[in-house]
Amino acid sequence: MKRPRILIVDDSSVMRKIVERSLRQAGLDLGDVVEAGNGIEALAAVREGAFDLILSDINMPAMDGLEFLRQLATVEGAKGTPVVIVTTEGSESRVVEALSIGAKGYLRKPFTPDQIKERVSPLLEVLR
Amino acid sequence: MNPVLDSKVQNAVRPDASWLSLLQVGAKEVFQIMLQTELKELPNAQELTVTGNVTAMIGLAGALCGVMSIRCDSRSAEKMTGRMLGSVGAVDPKDVPDAIAEICNMVAGNFKSKITPLAENCMLSVPTVIRGDDYEMVAVSDGDQITLGLSYDGSPIWFCLAVHS
Repeated sequence: MKRPRILIVDDSSVMRKIVERSLRQAGLDLGDVVEAGNGIEALAAVREGAFDLILSDINMPAMDGLEFLRQLATVEGAKGTPVVIVTTEGSESRVVEALSIGAKGYLRKPFTPDQIKERVSPLLEVLR
Repeated sequence: MNPVLDSKVQNAVRPDASWLSLLQVGAKEVFQIMLQTELKELPNAQELTVTGNVTAMIGLAGALCGVMSIRCDSRSAEKMTGRMLGSVGAVDPKDVPDAIAEICNMVAGNFKSKITPLAENCMLSVPTVIRGDDYEMVAVSDGDQITLGLSYDGSPIWFCLAVHS
């Protein structure tokens, strides 16, 4: 299996570290892991290179996760990249909105490594 | 037009007697899952003064307007940061406010998800952290205030919800 290249988008650097650590604790063999602090930085990262998976927060300054999802759909070569939303946002309507504009999954903080693995693993099966 | 904020007028939610225990459950869950630590009861919490030189705050808007805050001493804040990151030894001081802000964010989000009308109609702001040795938090509104004191590793940690009337 190819080691997945992952983009983690969250305005909290601590949360970005926790997401990466949880993925590793869940037993996922990660390749390159890139971090972005908001949607604008994330868009710049996807324009520089393709990712196998993106995990993104919703509530972020400058550009939130929903706007990032909308703009991601317009980036050539990034359209099929699976995105999992990782957020404290419990609103069903915002989750539905995220799923309707392209997110492939949703994980609410706080989360365990097993929960993150459950959401992410099926999306990485295509790399097998 | 923001549909969530607009809903405030139609669906304003007021605190009730269950909120203190929901806040306690919400806080304990966050610490259990993210820090693998159990928050314990704080003896005589109601007689103690809310103190601590690190405070994280997050605004709530929509069906409930107010501020959720977490306050503790800096040693506890550093320990929590280390637990969150799985660090062995000293933590990077730059990570401490970020970690406390994220805990506050998760406690507020977890709390509101337990109150059906808030889960859908209340938004959270980006958190803010204050650090200092001598400051007092004053809620200028005359709304309700819920204060919960718990013990983290033997030190008090305070969770406060100040509701704007």
